[in-house]
Amino acid sequence: MKSRWAIAITATAAITIITACSTSIKQPSSPASSHPASGGTYTILANSAFGVADPAQNYTLEEWQLLIDSHDGLVAFQRVGGLPGTKLVPDLATSLPVPANGGKTYVFHIRRGIKFSNGQTLKPSDFLTTFERQFTVPGPTTFYNGLVGASACSTKGCDLSSGVVADDTGYTLTLNLTTPDPELLDQLALPFAYAVPSGTSMKLTGNNVPPGTGPYMWQSYNPNAQAVMVRNPYFHVWNAAAQPAGYPDQIIEKYGLQVSEEVTEVENGQASEVFDGDQIPSDRLAELNSPRFASQVHVNALTADWYFALNTKKAPFNNVLARQAINYAANRAAYVKIAGGPSLAVPTCQVLPPQFPAYSPYCPYTAGSDHTRWTAPDLAKARQLVQQSGTAGTKVVVNGTTDEVGKSLVAQMVADLNAIGYKASSQLLTMSIQYPFVQNSSNLGKWNVAWGAWYQDYPAPSDFLNVLLGCGTIHPNSDASPNIAEYCSSATQTQVDQARTMGASDPGKADQLWTQVDREDTDAAPWVDLYNPKQIDFLSSKVHGYQWNPQWYILIDQQWLS
Amino acid sequence: MTATDMAAAGGPGQSGTARPRVLPGPAARSPWAIAGRRLRHNRSAMASLVLFMLIVAISLAAPLYAHDIAHVNPFANNLNGTTVVGGHQVPIMQQGGGTLHLGETPIGPTWDMGHYFLGADNLGRDVAARLLYGGRSSLEIGIGSALICCAIATLVALAAGFFGGAVDALLSRLMDLIWAFPVYLLAISISTVLLTRANGMQIGPLHLVAGSLWLPTLIIALIYVPYVYRPVRGQVLSVVSREYVEAAIAQGASNVRLIFSEILPNVVSVVIVLFPLMIATNILTESALSFLSIGVQPPNASWGTIISDGQQLLYTRPWVSLAPGFMIVLVVLSLNVLGDGVRDALDPRAKVRRAG
Repeated sequence: MKSRWAIAITATAAITIITACSTSIKQPSSPASSHPASGGTYTILANSAFGVADPAQNYTLEEWQLLIDSHDGLVAFQRVGGLPGTKLVPDLATSLPVPANGGKTYVFHIRRGIKFSNGQTLKPSDFLTTFERQFTVPGPTTFYNGLVGASACSTKGCDLSSGVVADDTGYTLTLNLTTPDPELLDQLALPFAYAVPSGTSMKLTGNNVPPGTGPYMWQSYNPNAQAVMVRNPYFHVWNAAAQPAGYPDQIIEKYGLQVSEEVTEVENGQASEVFDGDQIPSDRLAELNSPRFASQVHVNALTADWYFALNTKKAPFNNVLARQAINYAANRAAYVKIAGGPSLAVPTCQVLPPQFPAYSPYCPYTAGSDHTRWTAPDLAKARQLVQQSGTAGTKVVVNGTTDEVGKSLVAQMVADLNAIGYKASSQLLTMSIQYPFVQNSSNLGKWNVAWGAWYQDYPAPSDFLNVLLGCGTIHPNSDASPNIAEYCSSATQTQVDQARTMGASDPGKADQLWTQVDREDTDAAPWVDLYNPKQIDFLSSKVHGYQWNPQWYILIDQQWLS
Repeated sequence: MTATDMAAAGGPGQSGTARPRVLPGPAARSPWAIAGRRLRHNRSAMASLVLFMLIVAISLAAPLYAHDIAHVNPFANNLNGTTVVGGHQVPIMQQGGGTLHLGETPIGPTWDMGHYFLGADNLGRDVAARLLYGGRSSLEIGIGSALICCAIATLVALAAGFFGGAVDALLSRLMDLIWAFPVYLLAISISTVLLTRANGMQIGPLHLVAGSLWLPTLIIALIYVPYVYRPVRGQVLSVVSREYVEAAIAQGASNVRLIFSEILPNVVSVVIVLFPLMIATNILTESALSFLSIGVQPPNASWGTIISDGQQLLYTRPWVSLAPGFMIVLVVLSLNVLGDGVRDALDPRAKVRRAG
């Protein structure tokens, strides 16, 4: 998921991000004495802004956490904390549709009486504008390329009238697809598909956010200063599970402070929250351990993977034995320490993260006989595999980022590779250059191992197993080719395709197939999976009602201020 | 004061005697000897030279410290290692306390030469050992790039000033072009391109790989060539029209002889004055580039990379950044004072002008 890549970029690839959910180290959210109350200004401090604000293009958690409070889609992930937060519920549609026409047609009944923040009444045809903007702006994903007519769309123009059929009289919206897509509803719950009014510019709106239907509206956004959201006077609650009313009167996100300064301001009660994508410096973590802040710090496990991709097109890692060798040698305990210790990361060997559909613990690359969790590296086995592969002594370039955590991860990987007989060196690039660089196949000759991190777009196994390791996501000479390892197994891809198709009709069987694919990919070792990160939310003592949603993380507007 | 100095100064050993005053020999009257004497009399400059040489010496002793005193490998991660503090074995990386146990903090200074004297960095490596090795890298790059920079700039300036006309215009515009780029932006661009070349780069007999110290050395040398070129070219233009050059031309001297025998010796003092200042400037540039991770590459250390390593530890382990910071300050300060001393020694009029 590219989106979280963007997060990783803007948030400096957070080590401190994400979490083990409600099952992990969860602190009591807020004093029981505090009762929900509306009013006040909720202030978020973020190191940097999120780039362009147009929801058709923005692909960052930073803006998404705000957009869910100002805009709505046809469907939504339930706006509650914990695992129920991954459940889809109807939002601007009255119900979740059952796909027809072999999974290629979805008919939505649109709610009446809803207005945008500019006073314009919501109509089904507004979605035609919304989806066409995905191609004229254009949007950063291929999520909606399956709509009939999408193949002819470009930035110069788009006509989706056959794929998005709006009936403003009967208040229905019909989406016609060229092929079945069992994940369409998940994709419709993302901000790219949030309704904007007909008449919105078909070009990028830059720093102006088009009106939405949520409880807040954007008053201003200046990437060099702050974003301000105030209450939408036209909002009323139509489905609290999808879009409840918010508590604060105003939400402000301020930009430009160093994260350490953000921590100090929140400690002093001068702001409400340190943006959870900002990496809290490791030497400030010590004070957050203090009992004084126990009720203000929340740690949650993220459905995310930090890994090193192995270049399967180049020696030595075009040899599966060599790939398995470095998997056995990787000292995941060291990587976890770099991530901030076991409270902030959990070692893993597999692609799918815990708390994710189809996840079944699996770790063949560990010392000992328990293959459900990593305990220690097995250097003897690793060295044996290197000898078998005949790749000992090969020069290996490890690519990573120049930030503090990135450098440390690369240094550890270099040490692990050297320990089993390779001659490893590092190649560090700035965060904004590194990811496009390693995605582009024209650079495959320049690296052997490349750092990567992936955070879910939506809770579906294909978002990891197909997007990151599918044959169809290798785009030669493109900076947007998320299968960095260029790993492609036709046998596994067949199973992926079966699982995707089966997802709509038999989710249980589909999940079994995804579990099998996860194991096959882990055995083929195109990656060295390192750990599943956790995320820290640090809030002011004046903030109450903390909830953590696996999809959107902190639910900003569901908190109140004292 | 040496005997020669005292003699030259008409010191007490010479006064009150009936013997005729002994005039200094030709060697003592040479401009270099006079400059050397002036430099030796400049206490600030000499103190700076001693300080600089001391830092060079302790940096050269890095392997001795790491292997025989601290018994550490300063380039290897030691996240799971232990050391001895107060007779007790303690982990080098210490997990956070409280109920959350957030974060891993490296051990701080023990002030024990044998056990993590300045503490550890975020990968569990001995900061003191890395500081010494970092000094080797920083000084090597600073001195090496200053030598290359001054050599190239002098040659280009000699060519431009001697031949004049189109050659001068072409070379001067080329220098303007390099100078027009923001220094750090140019260095970052060149570094990024070179660092992503898998097989390194071949420059004549020199094969550069991504982690080579030659990369930052050459990059820094290149970007500061115009800085040295301009004053040297000005001096060449001044010298080239002097009578002794015209006399050499009249005698049929070749261009090579004119440049290297008549002009170069008379402009080299400018280069010598600039040399220590360029070392200081280059060490600062190297530190900045390494801080941005595009200078010295891991596992090598330089003072810039160590400061970068410590920036996330400023609250709890400030010595990781402060120690290399102090070293940079000391070296740059000593070289600047020494550079001033050399200038005063080679061009006493400059001192008179300043005093005036």
